[in-house]
This record gives sequence, structure tokens and C-alpha cells, in this order.
Amino acid sequence: MVEIYNGGLPVEEIFSKWYRLKWGGMLLTFTGIVRDDGGVEGLSFDIYEPMLNKWFSKWEDRVLMAHSQGNVYVGETSFMCGIYSKHREFKLIEEFVEDFKATAPIWKYDLISDKRIFAENRSKKLPNAGILV
Amino acid sequence: MERVKLKVLIKFLGPVAREDLEVKVENSEELKNIIKSNLDKKWLDVVAIAINDNIVSNLNNIKDGDVITILPPVCGG
Repeated sequence: MVEIYNGGLPVEEIFSKWYRLKWGGMLLTFTGIVRDDGGVEGLSFDIYEPMLNKWFSKWEDRVLMAHSQGNVYVGETSFMCGIYSKHREFKLIEEFVEDFKATAPIWKYDLISDKRIFAENRSKKLPNAGILV
Repeated sequence: MERVKLKVLIKFLGPVAREDLEVKVENSEELKNIIKSNLDKKWLDVVAIAINDNIVSNLNNIKDGDVITILPPVCGG
């Protein structure tokens, strides 16, 4: 299951929890921090949890993941993933993040003057998009 | 003979969010038209559709009780 939080992620808490899950080998984590991007106050997210967990089930024996819903302001963290393994897994984390970006049912908005503006240009069509046409 | 109507629930997610629609339709063409009439035109060629949380490549096999989800382009992280 993906760990979902309202607002910014409690990074230290999540990290220390993941760190204590297993012993030995390595824990590789990726932390996505909201950047100051041309007048944007932050980001906001909608998540469709049933499909997110369905998608994540093919990863969850190898990957840990936490994500925010609602508003996350500049400097706060909206996304964390981690891989626990005996050896380094740089390729796996890359593959995971690529698949996450392309298919996880999450919608992103820029927060500008407290309004949510859908991040249309950064969003990717899901497989089989366009069947209504 | 009275035609069989299928009751389905339509959920609109993310930037197209609105209240769920519970509708009775005879076939997939009718369902498609209802979805289209509840979406701004600009979304038509970019949304994907899931039936019971599985993305589908057509709406031909709808059944009574199905949940239809309208999924705009995504961007997590």
C-alpha cells in the first residue's frame, strides 16, 4: 500500500520508519521536494487511491512509497520512494520512478494565489487515452 | 419487449472532478454519449477510461453494476 498523507510528508518520520524495517544491505531513497518555480506557492495533488494501490501492487515487494494529497508548499516534500536491497539498485529506482510518472493515478496542480491550476503541460496521457473520440 | 438497461456509476477524477453520475443505459454507445456530454471537449482525446479500476481500450463490455472512471492525464511526484 502507498502511504498517503494530507499535505507535506513528515520526511524524517518516514525515513526512520523505513530505515528500521529491515537490517543490512542498503536503503536507497528518493525525496521529491517542491521547488520555487516562477511564482508558484506550491503544488496540490488529487489521488485515486484504489487504482494507485492496484498499480503499486506490482512494485510493493521491492519498493516503499509515500505521497501527499492536497496542498504541499515550496520547500515541503510531496513524494518519497525507497528501495531496500542487499545491493545498490539505481536502475530499479529509475524504472520505478518512470513507471510512477507515466501511470500512477495522481493529478498535479500548481498553487498560484491559492488557486489550483491543473499542470496540463507536465501531465501524461494514460494508456488507451482517447477512446471517447 | 422491454430492453434491458444497465445501471452504471460514472466517476470523474482529478481536473474533471464533479459529482458521480448514476445512469441507466442500453449500450456502450449511449454510455459514451453521456460521458461526452459531461466533459468539456478539450478532454475528449486525452482521458482514459477504466471499468472497475481496469483501464479499457473500448466500452463494449459494460455490465450492470459497473463503475466507470474517467482519468485525465497524470503527473505524480
